[in-house]
Amino acid sequence: MTTQSQESTAAVKLLLAWAFVGIPLIWGVVQTAINASKLFH
Amino acid sequence: MSFLDRSRTIAGPGFNRWMVPPAALCVHLCIGQAYAFSVFNKPMTKLLGISQSTAPASWQTNLDWVQSLPNDWTIPALGWIFSIAIFFLGVSSAVFGRWVEEGGPRRAMFTAALCWAGGFFLSAIGVYAHQLWLVYVGYGFIGGIALGIGYISPVSTLIKWFPDRPGMATGMAIMGFGGGAFIASPLSVWLMHQFTTTTHVGVAETFIVLGIIYFIWMLVGSMIVRVPAPGWKPEGYTPPVQATKLITTSDVFVYDSYKTPQFWLIWLILCLNVTAGIGVLGQASLMSQEMFPGRITPVAAAGFVGLMSLFNMGGRFFWASTSDYIGRKNTYFIFMVLGFVLYCLVPHTGTIGSVSAFVICFLIIISMYGGGFSTVPAYLKDMFGTRYVGAIHGLLLTAWSAAGIFGPVIVNYLREYNLAHGVPKAQAYNNTMYIMAGLLVIGFICNLMVKAVNSRFHMKPEDGALATAAEAGAAMAARLSGKPASA
Repeated sequence: MTTQSQESTAAVKLLLAWAFVGIPLIWGVVQTAINASKLFH
Repeated sequence: MSFLDRSRTIAGPGFNRWMVPPAALCVHLCIGQAYAFSVFNKPMTKLLGISQSTAPASWQTNLDWVQSLPNDWTIPALGWIFSIAIFFLGVSSAVFGRWVEEGGPRRAMFTAALCWAGGFFLSAIGVYAHQLWLVYVGYGFIGGIALGIGYISPVSTLIKWFPDRPGMATGMAIMGFGGGAFIASPLSVWLMHQFTTTTHVGVAETFIVLGIIYFIWMLVGSMIVRVPAPGWKPEGYTPPVQATKLITTSDVFVYDSYKTPQFWLIWLILCLNVTAGIGVLGQASLMSQEMFPGRITPVAAAGFVGLMSLFNMGGRFFWASTSDYIGRKNTYFIFMVLGFVLYCLVPHTGTIGSVSAFVICFLIIISMYGGGFSTVPAYLKDMFGTRYVGAIHGLLLTAWSAAGIFGPVIVNYLREYNLAHGVPKAQAYNNTMYIMAGLLVIGFICNLMVKAVNSRFHMKPEDGALATAAEAGAAMAARLSGKPASA
C-alpha cells in the first residue's frame, strides 16, 4: 500500500516538474509558430 | 549552505531519473533569454526621448550644444551588452568548470540563479539611472557569468543519469537554451507594454519582474536536481567493460584534456560549425529580403527568422538524439558534408529564384547549427569520460565565443566589400556562402583526424577510486545525519 502511494506521489511530482517547464515552452513555441506562419502569407 | 552540497543531492532509491531533465530545463529555459535580448534594444534607445530616440546623428556628435544634452543610448552601444554577456559565458564556463563539476549541480544552479537575477536587478538600476556601464556590468558581466555556470551545470549530471542515451539527455537541456527566447521574447514585450506610459518606457520594471521570475524558476530547478548514487545504473543497462574505438571507459582530468589533440580538434569543429551558422543566423532577415527583393517582405522575413529559431531548437534535440544511434563522429560528418552541399546550393536558389529551396536549405543548416551545440557534450564524454565532462565542456565553450566574433565579421565584412565593388545586392552573399562551405571542409578534416585519446592522459584507477569513495562517504554521512539527500 505504502509503495503504491509512494509511486503515485512520484508520478505526480514528475508530471508537475514536466508541466512547470513544458507549458511555458509550448506557449512560446506556439507564439513563434504563429509569427513564422507569416512567411507563407 | 549545506543544502547546496553535492552530498545532499545524491538521489535515494526509487528516484525517477526523468525528474532531472526538467531541472536542467528550468535553468536553460531561463538563461536562453539571452537570445531574445534584442527585444530591449529599440525601447532602450528611447528611455529619455520616450516617443523617439534623442541620440544625436553622427554629424551632430562634435557640436558643443549637442554634447551638453543628455542623450539616449545608440544601437551600437547597446549591442555591446549581448556581446559582453556571450564573451563572459565562454570565460566563466572555462574558469568555473571544475568548481561546477566538483561542487555539484545544485550549488552551480543556485549560483547561476543568483547571478542571473542579480544581473537583471543591476541592469534595472542602470536603466533607471540611465547609466549604460551599469547595464554592461549587470547583464553583460554578472549575467554572462550566470550564462556560463548555468549552461554547463546540468551537463555531466544528465550524462551520468542517462549513460544509455547521453546525446538525447544533453540535447534536451541544450534545446531549452534555444527555446528560452521563445518564452522571453513575447513575455518581455507584454511586460514592457504593461509598464510603459506616455512619459515612461517600462524597461527597468520589466528587468525587475524578469529577474524575480527567473530566480524562482531556476531555484525550483536547483531544488529538484539530483545526482545518481555512486555505482547507480539504469535498469537493464550494462555498461561497456572495454572501450570501443571512439568511446572510452576511462576518465581524463579536466586540465589534462586541453593537452590532447582531440580537445583542440573538437574545439575547431565546434568553432567552425558555429561560425558557419551564427554568421547567417544574424543576417537571415536582411539576406532573405536582399536575395529575393519584392518576394520576401519584412513581415515574411520576420516569419522566416521565427521558423529558423524553431529549427534551431528542434535540431538540438533531433541531432543529439540521433548521435546516440549513429555515433558522434558520424553526426559531425553529416553536419560538415550536408552543410557544405547546402551552403553551395544557396547562391543557386537565388539564381533560379526559388524561395522554397532557399528556406529549406537554411532550415536544415540552422538545425545542424543547433545540433553542433547539443551533440558536443556527448562527443566529449566519448573522448574524455564522464567524470569531468562538464568542466571540459566549459573549456570548449570558448570556441563559441570565438565563433561569435568570426561569424558575423565574415558575413558583414564580405557583404560590405561586395557592395562596395559593385556586386548586386541579390548576389552579395554568394562569396560568403562559399567561404562558409570552405570552413566546413576544414571541419570535416578535423573530424576525420579525431581518434581515441592516448591512454597516458587517462586518470589512474586509484584517482577514480578515491573520488568514488569520497562520494560514497558523503552520501552515507548525509543519510546518517538524518537529512536524506532525496528529500
